[in-house]
Amino acid sequence: MNERDLAIEMYRQMKLIRRFEEESARAYSMGKIGGFLHLYIGQESVAVGANAAIRPDDYTITTYRDHGLALARGMTSRAAMAELFGKETGCSRGLGGSMHFFDAEHHMYGGHGIVGGHMPLAAGMAFASKYRGEDRVALGFYGEGASSIGATHEAMSLAALWKLPCIFICENNEYAMGTSLERSLSLTDISRKADAYGMAKDRFVADDVFMVRDRIGAAVKRARAGEGPTLIEVRTYRYRGHSMSDPAKYRTKDEVDDAKQRDALYRLQHQLEEDGATAEIEKADAAVEEEVQDAIKFADESADPGPDLLAPTTYKGEFAR
Amino acid sequence: MTEMRFREAVRTAIAEEMERDASVLIMGEEVAQYQGAYKVTEGLLDRFGEKRVIDTPIAEAGFAGIGIGAAMVGLRPIVEFMTWNFSAVAFDQILNNAAKLRQMSGGQLEVPIVFRGPNASARQVGSQHSHAMEHFYTHIPGVKVVAPATCADAKGLLKTAIRDDNPVIYLESETLYSLKGDVPDDEDFTVPFGLGRVAREGSDVTIISYSRIVHVALEAAETLAKEGIEAEVIDLRSLRPLDEDLILQSIAKTHRAVIAYEGWPYGGVGAEIVDRIQRMAFDELDAPILRVTTLDYPMPYSAALEQHCIPQAPRIVEAAKKVSYRE
Amino acid sequence: MAKIVEMPKLSPTMEEGQIATWHVKEGDAVDVDDLLAEVETDKATMEFRSFDKGVLLKILFGDGAIVRLGDPVAIIGEAGEDVSDLVAQAEKAKASSDDAPAAEAPKDEAPAATPAPPAPSPASGGASAPAVVASSVDATGRVKASPYVRKLARERGLDLRTISGSGPGGRIVARDLDGTSAGSAPAGRVAAAPVSREPEVVKLSMMRKTIARRLTESKQNVPHFYLTIDVDAGPLVALRKQLNTDLGQLDPPKKVSFNDFVVKAVAIAITRSPTVNATFTPDALIYHRRVDISVAVAVDEGLVTPVVRNADQKSLVQINEEVADLAGRARDKKLKPEEMTNGTFSISNLGMFGIDEFSAVINPPEGAILAVGGIRKEPVVVEGAVVPGQRMKMTLSCDHRVVDGAVGAAFLAELRKVLERPTQILAF
Repeated sequence: MNERDLAIEMYRQMKLIRRFEEESARAYSMGKIGGFLHLYIGQESVAVGANAAIRPDDYTITTYRDHGLALARGMTSRAAMAELFGKETGCSRGLGGSMHFFDAEHHMYGGHGIVGGHMPLAAGMAFASKYRGEDRVALGFYGEGASSIGATHEAMSLAALWKLPCIFICENNEYAMGTSLERSLSLTDISRKADAYGMAKDRFVADDVFMVRDRIGAAVKRARAGEGPTLIEVRTYRYRGHSMSDPAKYRTKDEVDDAKQRDALYRLQHQLEEDGATAEIEKADAAVEEEVQDAIKFADESADPGPDLLAPTTYKGEFAR
Repeated sequence: MTEMRFREAVRTAIAEEMERDASVLIMGEEVAQYQGAYKVTEGLLDRFGEKRVIDTPIAEAGFAGIGIGAAMVGLRPIVEFMTWNFSAVAFDQILNNAAKLRQMSGGQLEVPIVFRGPNASARQVGSQHSHAMEHFYTHIPGVKVVAPATCADAKGLLKTAIRDDNPVIYLESETLYSLKGDVPDDEDFTVPFGLGRVAREGSDVTIISYSRIVHVALEAAETLAKEGIEAEVIDLRSLRPLDEDLILQSIAKTHRAVIAYEGWPYGGVGAEIVDRIQRMAFDELDAPILRVTTLDYPMPYSAALEQHCIPQAPRIVEAAKKVSYRE
Repeated sequence: MAKIVEMPKLSPTMEEGQIATWHVKEGDAVDVDDLLAEVETDKATMEFRSFDKGVLLKILFGDGAIVRLGDPVAIIGEAGEDVSDLVAQAEKAKASSDDAPAAEAPKDEAPAATPAPPAPSPASGGASAPAVVASSVDATGRVKASPYVRKLARERGLDLRTISGSGPGGRIVARDLDGTSAGSAPAGRVAAAPVSREPEVVKLSMMRKTIARRLTESKQNVPHFYLTIDVDAGPLVALRKQLNTDLGQLDPPKKVSFNDFVVKAVAIAITRSPTVNATFTPDALIYHRRVDISVAVAVDEGLVTPVVRNADQKSLVQINEEVADLAGRARDKKLKPEEMTNGTFSISNLGMFGIDEFSAVINPPEGAILAVGGIRKEPVVVEGAVVPGQRMKMTLSCDHRVVDGAVGAAFLAELRKVLERPTQILAF
């Protein structure tokens, strides 16, 4: 794929994530989605750029703010929306919900609700790759809020010790729920945590999806070469609250508006228009719109999962309690 | 059959399965160069190399999670906790990841991993190192929990655990490691989960136990026999799944039960068994079911007090007589 | 449209009924006159039949429950109908069933709404109520026994009220059943449990409650007086012997009892001296023109008094067959209430139990009851000579409000005439 086609494809992915989530929020307000719904709007360039930096068979795993990564990796909008609606046709058959999107076929290993708890799993997948002598890498995404919890550090400590092909991608969106970076970390340059483990590091702002791809790509290249893990702090911003129940009173409207000025999606759109790709953009927009509406309809019309699903998904094989 | 110690039976199972399946590996603190804190893994490093016998730093959440992540994508790790007490700092990994990944993913994932190590009291190791952790783990749907009492079962259950596609909690006992017993040599000798064993036949009272306390229950049964009470001792072997049929069959014969195990009395495995018996064998009961547990205190260091708190044969005898109305 | 089914009045004196067995279950289709349940009333176990067609949607009281007359017991309607409102309404009414009897009852009586203890096993046949003392019965009548013991008792047909418990607090445990049959409990290792000296507490049955209430009312409200005669039963004995010899030749053979003769003789005497066949009411004296004789029949739990209608118009054999039928069904608790009410005169015969003479309590609203003793062999004087004779004493209890001494005496004189010249019994 040439760079121009890739640009249009990444635009399509980012636009899909945004529109998917905007419609999710609407469905949530209509009561079609329950529980937690954490939106990724504003951070799309991280997942999309990262996905462009890896192969389809590489491992990825992320936090509960997982819709963006799942869609970027290739999960269908139908499977994603149906999961939000809690339907049997969802990616996790309605058992996971917004926080637990899984798609083993696309090597998207969740969707995890315990802050930092999935970071050892990222290292574990990298461990398996190395154990089997493969060159697959594992990307473990986490929020800067997970920088304070032990599991994250144990994962980094062991990954660095064992030179695992793991890239720790800290999506620093400046707020751990409602607590700003300054109020939660003594050291706000999170990439410097890597120094403690003798690990490579990088730090940049995710305004440009191509830069995201290239900087993560560099870390991926090192990992494939057996040079061990990298900690990358990606500065980004979420426009919405932490979850649907978050009024986001901990920050000003000006601050949010300011961030939107740097929106990576519009930046890419602007670039493409300047490059004369208006027609492609319109085409992509229409396709996205159709895909999202189709996903809503599909999710709406899908059936609830039945109780028969519970036993075989809890244990593999027969299990008598 | 070969006579060997319990720790050797565990080791034999690990070695045989590592020979059989290249995706099996073992990691934990001091399992490799140190040859195992309790010498369970002695010799394995030389035999299988450092790629498959892996010393970890003291980071239970980290290496338990790495094991789970590796299992999630196809390896079959054995994760040793130097003692099960330390699994408490990895509890989130077992509860939220190992046990739930399959269900959260709608059945897409498997987590074939074994967590193992010595459990419950040792000798005067104090309150933080004497926990019976099975009561926490048996609560969790998605894991299986087994606890052998004999050398043969130590091998057979561990081999079943390693071959199982679900996370398995395998509980040993520091004070059982030197126990000697005959162990089948067959490399495909396995003991299925969910099947208990009658350790001693009797007609008057059923004593249900597992792991080390099976031996204490057998000692109690000998004392009871001298007083004319024939106790049937059941070794559960598997706690989750639980061999309900064996328990109910025995209750139908004796009409009274005592459950003896390590762990505090509030809730736990024994309370679960009591619930099942009263639900499924209500009409067979001639007396309330009694439990003999660790006393309801953090484990004291003092040798005298520790022995006071741990279930002992005289307490089992007393309970058996009480349910037999023979006080 | 669903409707509440109420405890029906299955006997004229019934104030509450105990549901013996439901014959339909929730969800069953029910037609008019289908058997819903058997209900034990103060008199008998009655059939409770449906007045409605539909589906039994809800059973409000299970087997063993005691329900006041008119209180809801079930809901019948159409399949799938929502009956939550009716259930709520019924629950409100049900509360009265739960509470009221306890409030009325003496303090030491068990609340009426608690289910009755299991009925004595059929295997115990005609045995009287258990008489063994058991400390395992607590103050409310509940037997303390282990679940296993309860199972064994069900299997072996044991009445746990007859067994004393050696477990904590008097709990009956398996070893206490040793010897009741080959059980699996350890035998011979435990000394036999000491026989308790505590009194046995037996819960009042519906029938016993009724007997107690009605006889107390009778003795307290009815001014009784007693008249006794001693009749020569020799001719009666001879006639009965002759008659039974002749009836024995029939195919099938027939037979009559002394009591049949007494019933018929009483009926004939009443036609000749009818003022004894009377009822007192506060407003008027009622003289019956029908001769309906109530015959006291002993059953397991007490006694009932089925009625031989128009006894004056029936032959001895008819009376014999009718009494046999009534008594048999009385013991099986199959009598209908109308078969036990509206008698005009009662006869109670304890002759077969070796009783020479006794007096009976009047069965209101009847005005008199005749207590019949056994036939005694004793010397009698016939025409100045002492010869072996046969005598029978009978005592008439009269309600003095309606039957005066002279009236009673006149009736007994007629009765004596009939019995001492008994061939006329065959004539009417």
